[in-house]
Amino acid sequence: MAKLLQVNHLRTTFATSTGLVRAVDGVSWDVEEGETVALVGESGCGKSVSALSIMRLIAPPAGRIESGEIFFKGRDLLRLSDEEMREVRGSEIAMVFQEPMTSLNPVLTVGRQLTEGMEIHYRTQPAAARARALKLLEMVGISDPERRLPQYPHHFSGGMRQRIMIAMALACNPQLILADEPTTALDVTIQAQILELMRNLSRELGVAMLIITHNLGVVARYADRVNVMYAGRIIEQATAAELYANPRHPYTLGLLHSVPRLDEPRRARLDPIEGQPPDLTRLPPGCAFQPRCKYRVERCVEAPPLVPLDAAGHCAACWEAANIASASRVTA
Amino acid sequence: MRGVLGGREYRFRLAGDGMSETLLEVRDLVKHFPVGGGVLSKKTGIVRAVDGVSFDLHRGETLGLVGESGCGKTTTGRCILQLERPTSGTIRFQGEELTTLPPTAMRKLRRHMQVIFQDPYSSLNPRMTIGQIIEEPLKVHAIVTEAPARAERARDLLTQVGLLPQHAKRYPHQLSGGQRQRVGIARALAMEPALIVCDEPVSALDVSIQAQIVNLLEDLQGRFGLTYLFIAHDLSVVRHISDRVVVMYLGKVVEIADRTSLYEAPLHPYTRALLSAVPIPDPKLEARREHIVLRGEVPSPLNPPSGCVFHPRCPVAIARCAAEVPALREITPGHCAACHLA
Repeated sequence: MAKLLQVNHLRTTFATSTGLVRAVDGVSWDVEEGETVALVGESGCGKSVSALSIMRLIAPPAGRIESGEIFFKGRDLLRLSDEEMREVRGSEIAMVFQEPMTSLNPVLTVGRQLTEGMEIHYRTQPAAARARALKLLEMVGISDPERRLPQYPHHFSGGMRQRIMIAMALACNPQLILADEPTTALDVTIQAQILELMRNLSRELGVAMLIITHNLGVVARYADRVNVMYAGRIIEQATAAELYANPRHPYTLGLLHSVPRLDEPRRARLDPIEGQPPDLTRLPPGCAFQPRCKYRVERCVEAPPLVPLDAAGHCAACWEAANIASASRVTA
Repeated sequence: MRGVLGGREYRFRLAGDGMSETLLEVRDLVKHFPVGGGVLSKKTGIVRAVDGVSFDLHRGETLGLVGESGCGKTTTGRCILQLERPTSGTIRFQGEELTTLPPTAMRKLRRHMQVIFQDPYSSLNPRMTIGQIIEEPLKVHAIVTEAPARAERARDLLTQVGLLPQHAKRYPHQLSGGQRQRVGIARALAMEPALIVCDEPVSALDVSIQAQIVNLLEDLQGRFGLTYLFIAHDLSVVRHISDRVVVMYLGKVVEIADRTSLYEAPLHPYTRALLSAVPIPDPKLEARREHIVLRGEVPSPLNPPSGCVFHPRCPVAIARCAAEVPALREITPGHCAACHLA
């Protein structure tokens, strides 16, 4: 399959009062046509900033994309003019945000918000745009779209608003949707509905998806490939099946072991990752995870590169990846 | 134990074997909030946030209270702490009826029931040092009157929750989320409470930190013989920490059982759907698993459905469910469910 999106050595920084933060520090990953890729990690790992960098929504002057390339259908988005980039946003790459409460405009009707993009990007006539908006609402499972179209966001529940966000994202037939924690603000049963909806739509319409999440369960159910991030870097990269069966970075292993699971017998104690999440202004030398790592060796003061471990493309950034393979099998 | 719920008689055998003393007894708790009842407008409706909730909490156990947002779990916790005045129902804590207690007596009693909040960012005063935050309740309740002794106690509490004595001099913004939650726990512990209401204590924390806090809560329970009411929406965490679990939906209890029976043999269709909605971090298993995706959304507690409040979304509902409110019945010993089909 062809690469739809290819991110090469992307580095995005923010100037803060306590120093320069490398929120995304030289990451490379890609998305193939029609596939679902996940960026997983905890708060501050750089997963959202990665998505915002693709959309070129990093606010200057504090934020800056320092270097790297973002190829989308062969064009480097970082080299496009502002005009050209505006054409891409919404029509070719769309975004679904975490907070359906704050990402819809409260003073515009849902209908207006759905048609705006089409009218701007494709100069669709209002009547045609309205017809498409009705169809979109139906696609995302909102009943009685005729009645719903002239309503305002506050008339809708959280789950419904997220459906509207998805409808807006689909409005211009994008090839890629960036979904930033699309279900984190929603209840479990609604989360299941929204994720099923996104998966079905992505399959039916062939839209590729980037799911950004901290929830390893969501990733297991919905992603084809996974990138695990820690302190601005990708520390492990594999297919979902491979990552869960055979985690090779101590952080991934730690994350998987620290959550209680409903399918396993209850453990007497949870096995947490010790220590605190990293402070991006004061990262340790070498591997950012080493102060919390059980497998730390002397060499960890040198930053380990993300290297392939097998022919299938499972990569990990850890000097001890070979030893962790056996450890994960013993404990699993 | 016998009681009446919704005009129907039901029987509870809520005590797990060997657990004797009832620390907290909640009976037919109701909390309604008026809507639109401002100064100028007339009252337009009633939100039935908690609508007839009964359960017991035994000394030394952890009772999980789960449900989705708006199910009334937090309001139940707030009513128990008397941060909300219940509309009706009774709450007995250590044998004393809280709903009729005068404010001064309630203030004295409150030191025995503490709370840990969800958001470690907004529940600590940003202008106070960690030491001051922990010492404040000791001072207010005149538990430790000498300042040096109080400081000493605060340092000791910090060590108990896995922080360092020198953290006492810091301010909340200098700590990470997990560390702040530890401070919240130390503040609750300072009162040497019998009961701690933990309202979503880990859901705002990073995944790698959640397990640390869960382990800490369990350690402290063992060390100080604490009783927890653990309010959460994460069913995996609730299974891990709770001895028994109460499942709520739209202000009502739909199921109560000990941990093992609830998770291995759930009786209520809502509990089953909730469990199946929790994604499991294993792609192979996920592909094989049966997922019950519920139709629709949680109805508004302003205008709850007739009969069983879950019936419009229930995959197995029958005609009776729309007409008749199911009583919470004991189906197997210690396992109660409010479902006509259970």
